[in-house]
Amino acid sequence: MKLVVTFSRKRGREPVIAQVVRDTGVLINVERAQIDSHEGEALIEVPDEACQLVRERMEALGATTRRLDRTILYDRDECVDCGACISICPQDVFGFDEDWRLTVDEGRCVLCGKCELACPHRALSLQL
Amino acid sequence: MERTIDLINERIRDGNAVVVTAERMPDLVAELGEEGALAEVDVVTTGTFGAMCSSGVFLNFGHADPPIRMERVWLNDVEAYAGVAAVDAYLGATQQSETRRDEYGGAHVIEDLVSGTSVEMRAHSRGTDCYPRRTIRTEIGLSDLNQAVMVNPRNAYQRYNAAVNTTDRVLHTYMGMLLPNHGNVTYSGAGVLNPISNDPSFRYIGSGVPIFLGGAEGMIVGEGTQHSPAGGFGTLMVSGDLKAMSPDYLRAATMTGYGVTLYLGLGVPIPVLDLETVRATAVTDADIEVDVVDYGVPGRARPSLRKVSYAELRSGHVEIEGEEVATSPLSSFRMARQVASVLADRISSGGMTLALPTRPIDRTKTARPMVETAQGPRVREIMDRQVVAITGDESVTVAAKKLLKGETNHLVVLDHEGRLAGVVTTYDLSKAVLRPERAMTVADVMTRRVITTESDEPVDIAARKLQRNNISALPVVDADRHVIGMLTGTNLSRLIGRGRA
Repeated sequence: MKLVVTFSRKRGREPVIAQVVRDTGVLINVERAQIDSHEGEALIEVPDEACQLVRERMEALGATTRRLDRTILYDRDECVDCGACISICPQDVFGFDEDWRLTVDEGRCVLCGKCELACPHRALSLQL
Repeated sequence: MERTIDLINERIRDGNAVVVTAERMPDLVAELGEEGALAEVDVVTTGTFGAMCSSGVFLNFGHADPPIRMERVWLNDVEAYAGVAAVDAYLGATQQSETRRDEYGGAHVIEDLVSGTSVEMRAHSRGTDCYPRRTIRTEIGLSDLNQAVMVNPRNAYQRYNAAVNTTDRVLHTYMGMLLPNHGNVTYSGAGVLNPISNDPSFRYIGSGVPIFLGGAEGMIVGEGTQHSPAGGFGTLMVSGDLKAMSPDYLRAATMTGYGVTLYLGLGVPIPVLDLETVRATAVTDADIEVDVVDYGVPGRARPSLRKVSYAELRSGHVEIEGEEVATSPLSSFRMARQVASVLADRISSGGMTLALPTRPIDRTKTARPMVETAQGPRVREIMDRQVVAITGDESVTVAAKKLLKGETNHLVVLDHEGRLAGVVTTYDLSKAVLRPERAMTVADVMTRRVITTESDEPVDIAARKLQRNNISALPVVDADRHVIGMLTGTNLSRLIGRGRA
């Protein structure tokens, strides 16, 4: 399960993710993080069964969390199966099946956004 | 019995012709032998589906009342060329919208028309006695046009060099997004299914030959522009009726940072009349090689890192300088296969017969570069030859004095051999002032990764370096990294003053 965690820097510089890992014992995978002077946002992956627990602890520490059900929105009608997205993806989300049809493994996506720019047919967009 | 085109067409009309795609031929020849394949197969179909920038349509709008001699015309804000009499225009695929920039262009107008969507046409004219009207604005659909004829000056490249980027920044090119430090390789073309690769001697590909174009039956006009078959880069000029085309085989696209292009399906049927045709159509992806070219070099002569076959490219990875690098096709192999198989079905069901070329295509030509009678300005013509320099072991105070005295914002830092070691700017010194607790030398505050230019570099390229890196000066270095000048934004503005920017 992917969660987008937003922390406000106004509440100080508590290490929210580290705190939650220690308190809950849940191993959190930080896939992407962007933190500037007043706000931070991180994309984390947690086991499905621990999702509720992690969210409650994070919100108790002042962070807000949002479940990410989809990552890339893939428009099959616009796609021509060219494969321009395959080699620019750092997570190997894209590939071909035996008929040279594009395959999309959404679960691997970390929302870096490269494919959105690389797709000549505007068939890929991010759900953010 | 000698095979003739008439015999093949007779078999097509009788529904008895054996038509296979070029992808099937290598296996068929391996199984039946060349003689066996010749006896078995009547026609081999090829197909490709990819970005074909050099495409466009001639449109005839018919006359308005009162009539207008259109001088400039736009379709959904995309300008078409109107210098072909009163109510004709040529709309190029890569022309961009004046309002939506590279998200909409000629290719999108063509796709909209083929999809049954009407577009807004506006035009203006100075008005003449015979054509008094000065402006017009109307909605038109494909069926409203008298003619909509696709004429593409350069399609169906025989093969195309693969692309890589050895610089340390992302490049946005017509070969797609190229990651820094050879992070990926992109390639184009259908390899084994490519039309010209299956007839590289142009024995059956020539003027007047019927083809599949955008879902319709089109034909080969002749050699394409930049046709360069001597080096294995032949091209075709083709034509077809837009009104008979299908949006399945004609798709507008945008290469981010480059612009609009048209993805188009094109297939050529090749009659199997002799053993030489059998051999040519038995070509495989492993037989077709291209260079992997460095798009990080901004000149025409881009260096090749290695040769690679379509088989290697299609495997998903190629080795570049000891590393496994992921590849991306930009053409759709699935769609190329579909073009070849739909074309095969049309022929075997009797829906399309073949023809021999009415005129041959030259197979010996090499495309030449542009003749440039006036060379663009070079860095040496506008650079500052006075360079204020310092060494890394001097204090920042000395550096500040030199900056003030030299009336410059950039000090070149040299090593003990007099080579470029870094650059110090007023900005770097300001940072040092804010941390007075540390006594600092120039080496502590200077920028070490310096972007440079050379004296014979075109000014356009140097200006792009300044702009892209958001910097205001470039040291001009020679081959030994000795600094021979500085190029600043001020030098560039003087060039504009000279009226040749």
